[in-house]
Amino acid sequence: MKPREISVTVNAKRYRSEVPPRLTLVDYLREVLGLIGTHTGCEHGVCGACSVIFDGQPIRSCLMFAIQADGHEVETVEGLAEADGGLSPLQDAFWETHALQCGYCTPGMLMATHALLRSNPDPTVDEIKEAIGGNLCRCTGYQQIVEAVRLAAKRMRGAHPEAGKDTIDE
Amino acid sequence: MKAAAFDYIRASDIAEVCQALNDGGPDCKIIAGGQTLVPMMAMRLARPSIIVDINAVEELQGIGGDESSLVIKACTRQAAAERSPEVRAKAPLLAKALRFVGHPQTRNRGTVGGSIANADPVAEIPLVALTLDAGLVAESAGGAKNIDISGFFHGLMETSLAPDECLTEVHLPVWNGGGVIGTGFQEVSIRAGDFAIVAAAVQLVVDESGVCRRAAVALGGVAPTPLRIEATAEALLSSDLDAETVGEAAHLAANEIDPGGDVHASAEYRRRCARVMVERAIIEARDEALRRAANP
Amino acid sequence: MSSEAPDSPRFRYVSRKRRTKEDRRFIAGEGRFVADIGLPGMKHVALVTSPHPAARIDAIRTEEALKIEGVVAVITGEELAQATNPLMSGLNLPDVRRFPLAVDRARYAGEWVAAVVADSRYIAEDGAELVEVDYDPLPFVVDAEEAMAEDAPAVHPAHGTNVLYRRKFVYGAVEEDFAAADHRLAFRACWGRNSTVPIETFGVVAKWHPGTGTLDVWASIQMPKYPEQIARALRLDANCVRVHYDVDVGGSYGVKRGIKHTVLVGYLARKLGCPVRLIEDRLENMTGGDAHGPERIFDVEAAFNGDGEIRSLRLRALDNVGAYAGRAPLQLAKPIGAIVGPYRIKSVEYEAISVTTNKTPQEAVRGFGQSPTNFAIETAVDKIARTLDRDRVEIRKRNFIRKDEFPYTIPSGSEYDSGDYHTVQDKVLDLADFPALIARRDALRAEGKLAGIGIASCLEPSGGNAAFEPLFNPANETTTWMESCVTKIDLAGTVTSIMATASAGQGHETLVATVTGEELERDPDGIRVVRSDSLASLPSNSPVASRMAIMLGGAASGAAKILKRKLIDIAAHNLQLPADRLVYEGGNVAVRDDPGRSLAWDELVEIAHRKYHQMPLGMEPGLQASYVWEVPKGGELPDAAGRVRMYPCYSFEAHIPLVEIDRQTGQVKILEYFIGHDCGTMINPDIVHGMIYGGIAHGIGAALYEIFAYNDDGQLLTGTFMDYLLPSVHEIPDIKMVDHSTPSPLTSMGQKGTGEGGYLGAPAAVASAVNDALAPLGLELNALPMRPGDIEALLRTKSE
Ligand code: FES
Ligand code: FES
Repeated sequence: MKPREISVTVNAKRYRSEVPPRLTLVDYLREVLGLIGTHTGCEHGVCGACSVIFDGQPIRSCLMFAIQADGHEVETVEGLAEADGGLSPLQDAFWETHALQCGYCTPGMLMATHALLRSNPDPTVDEIKEAIGGNLCRCTGYQQIVEAVRLAAKRMRGAHPEAGKDTIDE
Repeated sequence: MKAAAFDYIRASDIAEVCQALNDGGPDCKIIAGGQTLVPMMAMRLARPSIIVDINAVEELQGIGGDESSLVIKACTRQAAAERSPEVRAKAPLLAKALRFVGHPQTRNRGTVGGSIANADPVAEIPLVALTLDAGLVAESAGGAKNIDISGFFHGLMETSLAPDECLTEVHLPVWNGGGVIGTGFQEVSIRAGDFAIVAAAVQLVVDESGVCRRAAVALGGVAPTPLRIEATAEALLSSDLDAETVGEAAHLAANEIDPGGDVHASAEYRRRCARVMVERAIIEARDEALRRAANP
Repeated sequence: MSSEAPDSPRFRYVSRKRRTKEDRRFIAGEGRFVADIGLPGMKHVALVTSPHPAARIDAIRTEEALKIEGVVAVITGEELAQATNPLMSGLNLPDVRRFPLAVDRARYAGEWVAAVVADSRYIAEDGAELVEVDYDPLPFVVDAEEAMAEDAPAVHPAHGTNVLYRRKFVYGAVEEDFAAADHRLAFRACWGRNSTVPIETFGVVAKWHPGTGTLDVWASIQMPKYPEQIARALRLDANCVRVHYDVDVGGSYGVKRGIKHTVLVGYLARKLGCPVRLIEDRLENMTGGDAHGPERIFDVEAAFNGDGEIRSLRLRALDNVGAYAGRAPLQLAKPIGAIVGPYRIKSVEYEAISVTTNKTPQEAVRGFGQSPTNFAIETAVDKIARTLDRDRVEIRKRNFIRKDEFPYTIPSGSEYDSGDYHTVQDKVLDLADFPALIARRDALRAEGKLAGIGIASCLEPSGGNAAFEPLFNPANETTTWMESCVTKIDLAGTVTSIMATASAGQGHETLVATVTGEELERDPDGIRVVRSDSLASLPSNSPVASRMAIMLGGAASGAAKILKRKLIDIAAHNLQLPADRLVYEGGNVAVRDDPGRSLAWDELVEIAHRKYHQMPLGMEPGLQASYVWEVPKGGELPDAAGRVRMYPCYSFEAHIPLVEIDRQTGQVKILEYFIGHDCGTMINPDIVHGMIYGGIAHGIGAALYEIFAYNDDGQLLTGTFMDYLLPSVHEIPDIKMVDHSTPSPLTSMGQKGTGEGGYLGAPAAVASAVNDALAPLGLELNALPMRPGDIEALLRTKSE
């Protein structure tokens, strides 16, 4: 089918591209825009590796066609860093708690939990688990990921900015 | 795992959807949330020649209705329904079931109508719609029509919708009067968030003396379509939902069904789980109703 | 988490909480995985696969596919087999030939039959649909026991039998010990076919350079001797293949071996004159990716005394290896290195049988056969305790090798380096507050629930020397499994280390930087670690066999020590003093009795790089060192009885989960999980803990959820992520861990391996917990995975 023109805002930047209708959003991000931080693990909507934020909500980018994103806004891992290029508190907490090993699921985990913390600055462990329940990680057993999100939430709330450097004790 | 080529139409109103379906012929398919269609296309188990995107159709989004029925427009996101106070108030069974539907990321995209039209026998939303005897509205170039859900599910992922019809609204009757409502939703799945092996939905009305005045019971995962279990509902009526009655009613459910087996669960396991899930869902509904009656 | 990191004053950087070097790039989305490699003019591959478990391939028609715009080529097995050598096998099986694409005959459903190359993966899949293959279905067999029958359909008719390997090893006086024991028991335990299933599938990109005659390869790889194997199959000199190890691997845990993929893509790149990429999609990965894991039937007999002493074991392990051999049958061999677990068992008989069937071939999986074996051994110990009506922990402690008995040689010839099993067991019992845990279980039982506590205590052999290769294949005389590291200090005084392998999340850069920093007393944060390519580097055997902390750590230590020595020698020369009067401190060298006289790091570096006239006579200019480390205590071939010293180091782990089973649905919920763990010195505690958490999660998957299930038609039923059920966060409990450190006397810093940790005991532990829950009903289940339907069916036998 002939390519169609779309205009998508990704990480606050507007892109115009020609895409065949069958191109998935994740393939568009990776192959057309070169935003290779978003990964695919299954391409059938189970693993969550392809999670991005679409119009403010986390979704699976393998389950959308790029053409459907025409006129919409997408956020990816490349857009997480602070304005000065430094790591976001969430990213920093992932690093601090070693919430990853191979790093393959990590962008998806970050996007899912970034969206969570935006709407819920003080999530319970169950809420964190719910937010990443559709993101598979084979490396970590999830424990340090949950710990990272708790640490980030705590720091972002500014309750004890210096507290709990190494672990969270509650 | 890439979809076969197709053409794409983004509709902006229902008329355009109907026109596109009308012009596109039988290989033309609607895409709503795409949470089932896209994987099927990726595996090339579905290969529509045209997809009609209804995500931009504003008329198909929103939750409304009146005293007697909750109206959910077909393309309303599952997440929106999950967050809606109206859904919680008027269709608490749906609110409960939505928490079992996939994961936050799929609910952000998946739609209420899409799930019903997709008619997966183990999906939660069609099961609730059937339990509550939902009214459906579909439109085609020929106009709108009401569909009674009792005749809607035809077979495994098959419905009475014609290829040129678009599901537009889901009407969930609000149960008013006669007592206090209680709902129960129970499922067995191997992992949390997976499609159920067996799911049971129950809605009851219990009067002030604790007698069951109204009951609806349905099961998913035990047949090619979700199934209402009238015998069980009838057995509950006029009882005070004591353990024995509930146990027998659940037993009736197991006798009503003839489930199939697959790699995750044998037919026998499904049948036995069906009884257990029905029993638990009735108890959940009963206890909820009694609790609410005690603290109105 | 209640973990006590042994904050040894011995170390500055090692064993301390430190951020890893790798994580920084991944959290910024800057990992570079194979699918991120894009080259100009690159073409994409999709596979045509066999729908039949066994079929003759009569004809392949490619014309329709080639008509599609954008399809560049379609190749078949016949073409590829003419141009390449068969892939290597771990066993000596000349008649079990394997090529990347099936030749004449397909041997399992999903086997690659043809490859389509196109401008995009989308178009390649369009092409693959149009390749027409005429199959003539043949009889097939998917069950290992059926495959052993005389009249079973032959998977490889030329080989004459479906048995690929069979040998009975008798270590010690088994007959006598059985005869003399007070009690004997026998049972069967089954380990279901599962695998590691990384979230990233396997992928490879290859580019041929006619001008230099080299093949550049980027791959998601974890494979010993990968470049050599590709070269051999492609009929190239080994120095024509350059594998780039700076590709991040999205998880492997053993399986990312991709030789067939690479040979195919390498051939295509050369033939077509353009870069070619094959990234498996999930369907290809699950069926034709040849990455399933062990599938085993254990027949176990144990002989033991009334006082709980375990005298002898007989284990028969029948493994269904799938349609081709590869290295997978060797997964029956490695467990010989820990065949008695952590116990003082004096004799053991082990019969290993590897059988080929019409299923997807196996690949190496985390632990290389150890986890299934641990499951069999631990199940036996539980049953012994139950038979004697003794406490399961007590029986284990009764039989554990004592701390003062190390080094301890087991009947099969391996020597356990060190351990303190009793202390680790006690620590985890304390962590779990075991009496309270029992009380909690009993309270649940009193409420009418099915609750159980699991006990599993087992070993992680680490730092492998591949002695299982000659053991199973006398034609192969491999007795080393070395690892290397190169470290240099540049003119500006910064330190760079070079490792020669790709990494899949194990934190090798952190390992090398930490160890190098420790030796040189320089901050690891400033040390860069690069992963070179295969042509530019010294030998490596890749991060298999829980070996990198030991082997790469040892090599990095070795290289750094040489540099340190050199810095001291330069200082000695310039200070005109013998080296033994100097002290090295933080990279500076001072006179011991006169600390004011010293040469700073920068000065020493300056001398080495610029001032040859200030160097000791004959010393090589610059500051660079390489070190290749042999496996400690490696180097021996097996004896005639099959006794061999296998792995050098043995980590220990003791698991205690608490589970509850839904009586009506058979669903298992893990309520608590405790683990005590000892891998000697932890180089980076966060990495060690992460490995164990992840390993336990993986083991929970194997115990409860994951199975490559086949139907009677020989079709894989669980080939997607909808059906092959990796545990999500909801299935994994909060894991509580306690550390212990019994340093290995054999390694540079006392470290042992941990990459397989958690996984080696979790399946046994969860099974033990389920069986403890079932025990009051007089029921037991010894087949993994224990899915709700299986448990419910068992419970039903009691309620009816
Ligand atoms: S790649 Fe999208 S969910 Fe797995
Ligand atoms: S870090 Fe490897 S899959 Fe999550």
